[in-house]
Amino acid sequence: MTNPQMVMYEEEFNQIQAIVDRLVKEANARVVFIIDKNGQLIAASGDTEQIDTTSLASLTAGNIAATGGMAKLLRESEFTTQFHEGEQSNIHIQLVGNRVILVVIFDNKTSLGLVRLRVKKASEELNRIFEALLQKVQDPARETPFAEITDDDIDNLFND
Amino acid sequence: MSFINYLSREINCKIVYYGPGLCGKTTNLQFIYNKTNPEAKGKMISLATETERTLFFDFLPLALGEIRGFKTRFHLYTVPGQVFYDASRKLILKGVDGVVFVADSQIARMEANLESLENLRTNLAEQGYSLDKLPYVIQYNKRDMPSIAPVEELRAMLNPGNVPDFEAVAVSGGGVFDTLKAIAKLVLTELKRSGG
Ligand SMILES: Nc1nc2c(ncn2[C@@H]2O[C@H](COP(=O)(O)OP(=O)(O)O)[C@@H](O)[C@H]2O)c(=O)[nH]1
Ligand SMILES: [Mg+2]
Repeated sequence: MTNPQMVMYEEEFNQIQAIVDRLVKEANARVVFIIDKNGQLIAASGDTEQIDTTSLASLTAGNIAATGGMAKLLRESEFTTQFHEGEQSNIHIQLVGNRVILVVIFDNKTSLGLVRLRVKKASEELNRIFEALLQKVQDPARETPFAEITDDDIDNLFND
Repeated sequence: MSFINYLSREINCKIVYYGPGLCGKTTNLQFIYNKTNPEAKGKMISLATETERTLFFDFLPLALGEIRGFKTRFHLYTVPGQVFYDASRKLILKGVDGVVFVADSQIARMEANLESLENLRTNLAEQGYSLDKLPYVIQYNKRDMPSIAPVEELRAMLNPGNVPDFEAVAVSGGGVFDTLKAIAKLVLTELKRSGG
């Protein structure tokens, strides 16, 4: 398979959440998200109530995939940063370690310069965590609950 | 690739509906959306042209219930069918856990079905996947139309590997959930087999 299984454990999640929480404060952002390249939300912080996070995650991943496709046509390896400017909100999208996507939504209470600076630092930290997570996932001795799943468990999912 | 979150105790899987233009992929998702309880679904997103043809993808997040204390969430995607959207189709196949091939049963669409299936194999291979190894089911849609091919004929042409297949009338919903359940089951069974 081309990309390994994404798994999230409590320990790494707490580290990631701490970085995301800090980034919201330090960048003075409205919302910060981390999304995997397949469009699944990993962590979020800030004013997330106002936003349909599942939809945003899927669209962001689609956007990154499309931009990656454009990069390939231009023989670039990847465009790692995108910025979309609106009247009220702006979105800064950063590809981290070619594996996850860091999204910052901010308004005029802050500046693009500050967001960029804080994103850069957070990306480096996140990259290290995801690197370590990947090592853990690829460990063949890793325990999973799914080996225990029975056919009945799967059938029961649909018996309603 | 499925995403297992031990913290929120969720499994997320990606299922892609593939097939020629106008075979009924978007209609499948719309029916599922309309028949699902509000608490079990997210918003359905359609990136469509002004004429309602799918431009990039449709997306429907769906919660199917719990298994061993893990919530199962399926993200359903459709691809745009028209030949010239091949680049978009490739992108949507990234990280796929299961594929539904929706065939158009109309005799006039046989070539389009074959072409699309061939295109699916090629695009999967480019991503390092093989259709023979992925959870995969086939749906023969539009069984209500007048000039349709018999199922045996469709089967012989499109399903040499004998994967689970279903007749459907997606506009009124016949076969839609049977297809979804079958692919969801295969995806979970694969997760079990590969040990997550
Ligand atoms: N008669 C009939 N029409 C269908 C059926 N499924 C889809 N359609 C119609 O076929 C057209 C194309 O469907 P759509 O879902 O947009 O196709 P897509 O290109 O595969 O997404 C629409 O007008 C649908 O209403 C079916 O089972 N029977
Ligand atoms: Mg469509």
